[in-house]
Amino acid sequence: MINELHFSWLVPFFPLIGFLIIGLGRKFLPKPLTGFIGSGVVFLSFLVSLWIFFSVKNGNNYTADYFNFISVDKLIIPFSFQIDALSSLFLLIITGVGFLIHVYSASYMHHESKEHFARYFSYLNLFVFFMLLLVMGSNFVILFIGWEGVGLCSYLLIGYWFKNTEYNYAARKAFIMNRIGDLAFLIAIFWIIAKVGSVNFSDVFATESLHRFSSTDITVITLLLFVGATGKSAQIPLFTWLPDAMAGPTPVSALIHAATMVTAGIYMIARSNVLYSMAPVTQNVVAIIGLATAILAATIALKQNDIKKILAYSTISQLGYMFLALGVGAYSAAVFHVMTHAFFKALLFLGSGSVIHAMSGEQDIRNMGGLSKKIKITYFTFLIGCIAIAGIPPFSGFFSKDAILLSVFEKNPVLYGIALFGALLTAFYMFRLLFITFSGSFRGSAEQKNHLHESPSVMIIPLVILAVLSIIGGFVGLPEVFMQGGDKISAFLSPVIAEHSESTVSHSTEYLLMGLSTFLVIAAIVFAWLKFKNYQRSETQGFGKILENKWYVDELYDKIIVNPLNKLAGFLNSVFEKFIIDGIVNGVGKAVQYSSRQLRLMQSGQVGSYILLMVLSMLLFFVFQFFLRK
Amino acid sequence: MPVNYYIFLSLALFCIGIVGVLTRRNAIIIFMCIELMLNAVNLMLVAFSKMHHLKNAAINASAGSEGQVFVFFIMVVAAAEVSVGLAIIVMMYRNIHSVDINFLNRLKH
Amino acid sequence: MIVVLLILIPLLSGLVTFFLKGGNSAKTCALISSLLTLGVSISGLTIFNNADLLLFKADWLPGLGSTFSIRLDGMGQLLCLLTAVSFPLIFVATWRHEYKNAHNFFALMLLSQAGLMGVFLAMDALVFYFFWELALIPVYFLCSIWGGEKRIQATFKFFIYTFIGSVLMLVGLIYLQSQTESKSFDITAFYALNISHNSQSWIFLLMFVAFAIKMPVFPLHTWQPDTYEQAPTATTMVLNGIMAKMGVFAVIRWLLPVLPFASFAYGETTVTVLAVIGMIYASLLAIRQDDMKRLIAYSSIAHIGLMVIAIFAETTISLQGVMIQMFNHGINIIGLWIIVEIIERKYGTRKMSELGGLAQKAPVMAMLFVIIALANIALPLTNSFVGEFMMFSGIFSSPLFQYELIIVPAAGLCIILAAVYVLKMVQKVLYGNTILLTEMATDIRLNEKVVLGIIVMLIIVAGVYPQPFLDLTKDTTNFILKESNVIHLLKK
Repeated sequence: MINELHFSWLVPFFPLIGFLIIGLGRKFLPKPLTGFIGSGVVFLSFLVSLWIFFSVKNGNNYTADYFNFISVDKLIIPFSFQIDALSSLFLLIITGVGFLIHVYSASYMHHESKEHFARYFSYLNLFVFFMLLLVMGSNFVILFIGWEGVGLCSYLLIGYWFKNTEYNYAARKAFIMNRIGDLAFLIAIFWIIAKVGSVNFSDVFATESLHRFSSTDITVITLLLFVGATGKSAQIPLFTWLPDAMAGPTPVSALIHAATMVTAGIYMIARSNVLYSMAPVTQNVVAIIGLATAILAATIALKQNDIKKILAYSTISQLGYMFLALGVGAYSAAVFHVMTHAFFKALLFLGSGSVIHAMSGEQDIRNMGGLSKKIKITYFTFLIGCIAIAGIPPFSGFFSKDAILLSVFEKNPVLYGIALFGALLTAFYMFRLLFITFSGSFRGSAEQKNHLHESPSVMIIPLVILAVLSIIGGFVGLPEVFMQGGDKISAFLSPVIAEHSESTVSHSTEYLLMGLSTFLVIAAIVFAWLKFKNYQRSETQGFGKILENKWYVDELYDKIIVNPLNKLAGFLNSVFEKFIIDGIVNGVGKAVQYSSRQLRLMQSGQVGSYILLMVLSMLLFFVFQFFLRK
Repeated sequence: MPVNYYIFLSLALFCIGIVGVLTRRNAIIIFMCIELMLNAVNLMLVAFSKMHHLKNAAINASAGSEGQVFVFFIMVVAAAEVSVGLAIIVMMYRNIHSVDINFLNRLKH
Repeated sequence: MIVVLLILIPLLSGLVTFFLKGGNSAKTCALISSLLTLGVSISGLTIFNNADLLLFKADWLPGLGSTFSIRLDGMGQLLCLLTAVSFPLIFVATWRHEYKNAHNFFALMLLSQAGLMGVFLAMDALVFYFFWELALIPVYFLCSIWGGEKRIQATFKFFIYTFIGSVLMLVGLIYLQSQTESKSFDITAFYALNISHNSQSWIFLLMFVAFAIKMPVFPLHTWQPDTYEQAPTATTMVLNGIMAKMGVFAVIRWLLPVLPFASFAYGETTVTVLAVIGMIYASLLAIRQDDMKRLIAYSSIAHIGLMVIAIFAETTISLQGVMIQMFNHGINIIGLWIIVEIIERKYGTRKMSELGGLAQKAPVMAMLFVIIALANIALPLTNSFVGEFMMFSGIFSSPLFQYELIIVPAAGLCIILAAVYVLKMVQKVLYGNTILLTEMATDIRLNEKVVLGIIVMLIIVAGVYPQPFLDLTKDTTNFILKESNVIHLLKK
């Protein structure tokens, strides 16, 4: 019997077709048609994903081999898709949020010329294709193909406005930093191949092949995979590309650099949760790096003034929380947070796009203020996003963050304390952003003030939908204390993610923790309101200056890696290659020339000397012949 | 008579030839010295061929004739050489009015 | 007979082209001949793919123990296909280039193609040597007559290097012949050789130096950037796209199975160390280049270095990776050279600092350039990814290597560095604002679009569905591994 998920290949197929049509027809297609095709194909994928989701919910699973990508010797790498709970959930997020962002883009990018508009949509569709490949692949290689593919699209879209040199540098930086992670990922794959001889998830995670790994193997493989994840998901030490990636158009930041691509690292680790559960060392590393990133990014976000940069650091920080959850073994909580984060962060980014749109391209929040009256819907949706990310019940962020915090508390109360502090910071910087932007008085130029306007409905509708999702999205993962069996998402993911959900924390403690975090968050918001409701521009000093300059991490990397490498390359190029290697070669040539010049002098032209030499050499031969030979 | 006498004689002739070639500058004398060396070799060949095949001579009259044949070869070659060489020297004398080989260093330039 | 045609068509048409008058007829003749060769090569893969047709033997120099024996095996098929595909692409892409004495130019190119075909087909060491030289000698003339400003100097360097290499190789081959039982140059006799480890090691050094110069491997590479820079771009495409593979190919066919113990002994030590150093070194140098030609030249050194390591890893997967990568790298690099040729012809410079903003003016070229550049950094779903993935994977799981944990990450650094220099090139040439030079730029012409389009198609097809290529080289790989398996030999 044909499995009803047999048609799941349609999900990535539609965006690919969209990419081809738009990419090849970019000279002929009118803009509305391009926008329609671009969004339409993603919507079709979304419909198929919905169908897949409900089918999976009924306990259906599906793996399909289409052809052998590489089949050599004993190693067979099939090009195959795997549909299960984890991938179906990601499919929904990618196509759902992706569709909304496509629709939004059609309006946001309307001032671009026809060809560039089409270029934009073709990249976006290609991105969706690769992202779907990433989550649907049934082995590490297909996952990796999607992984690098989304990196490519990210590169192309960050550098979308290619006339701007700075944007190009940002794009290059993103690609190269991702490559560093990708190398680690690749080595992990090679390691798995060397040990198991297969890259299929089903083979690698099978019990008998797990026995073939020594504990060192597991630790190193998981660590390498994690390094790969730090590249893609912008964690310490490879996080500096993400803020620069804001050079791309805002919908791109929403789709790629907030909702989907950057969560690929979480997907990958959640997918390999079997391995991670066997490597406690790695888990600790993941948890600590995640938490450190969360706090570091949150502190930087406190002092940024570019609306998109604040959101970018907020994304890094939230990703840090997800890694923290992965590190303490709460995989489904991490995935839950991926989902809610996709809703509210996409909302926030699109909202910021709407703000930037209204402000005619201005991104510095110091030049904004008092916008709440002019762009009401944007303001309300943005407010909802802020509440959701801050974690106030019953908005979605509260539930997912609470799930993470609870798991962390079970594991280690100290980590919990730090994570809670991070949550405070989150609330503070988000509401700082909100108040500086929307309340107080307008600080921009008069021209901007006249131009202030609410965005068209094509941009507003996705905002509203995402706002609704940000409100209700959390109800799929209600804590067990609220409702027996309320944590539907863990139950849904349980076939893929094996975790012991036996809570050791008593109900009263759990209520206490929730109350505590809610109270602290509200306190932080109030503090932010007091401080920023009438924001006035002022110079930051002292510690604030360090934060404003992002802890000087970029400068540090430049100093210890980029510059020495450049200098070394320069030295090799202008000194070593020229004088040593080529010098040796030319030296041999010169030596030959010199010695031949000297030997030439022996040719005196005197017949007598030639004969003398002849006689002497003959004598020499005789001497050899008679005395030296044995 | 032992072969040693012949060897010494021919060695002496050969050395005279070499020294002559090396020390003299007159092309004709050098030429004569070369002839002297050739004849020293000839003498050697004849002596060896006679002495070496002494035992076989009783049985086979033509034993050791290879050495004698070589001598004829050398004499023929030497004759040819003299005719060419002397012609060259005559040409040389006509051109530079000298047979001194030290003037013959054109190769150097 | 197919195999004879592969050599004869370019050889005869090359000789004919010498006597043609006028550039256009020579060009046309060259193109037709190369298309014919391509047709023959493809038919050898498909309809005439049976062992009898792919084999040819004739008496040549019986006194020396050499017969004119040529055969197409899997690896040969792949490389002959590369040669056959490349030449028409090169001719079409450089169609608008005006050469002085064009008939001589095209004749020499065709002769070189004949030599290359012979190298990939030869099953007799002397025949191999003969064609090796036949492929190289036309290139000397091509470089020294039609090259850039410093062509004489560069060609002289190239000549000395390759000539030393050839002589060393000849010495090695003659010694090997003297050791065979039947005093024969035949490849089977060579494979049956059983030489002491001591002589293996010095013969290995002689012959490896010869092949390493051709590839090139650090530190024997200094001829390469100069020559690539100075040679006419069409010749550079041949040099880099195909001739660099001659060295790799020769190591696989004439070194690994013939001298298995030395290959094992030097494989992980000398060779790998040099290759890894060379990879990183060349990548770093590539970052600093301003001339596109030199950048590509150095990037090629880095890519070839990986192939060298993968050969000596001696696993099925790494060796098959090398074979498919030879093909892929040839295609990609020819694509890059074509782009350089177009840019240089149009704007008169190859310096990246003098270019910029071409993406606005020439979007089609920009798109194709980006795809080819990405293929060069082995992005998944392009052809190089398959090859590099397999090579790395093979190196990592090689039973012969003890230090794969150092080798793979060190060589892997080049993946990152490759992204640095390739993206730098893309950015400097395509992106940014237009400058005076590129203000009036136009997009590429139809013939260039077609050629680059074909290359991009090959890149993607071989990147998405590489299995036919892998199947092609499977038997050769297994055969070579069997012949060079040290453990197996020791037991015997």
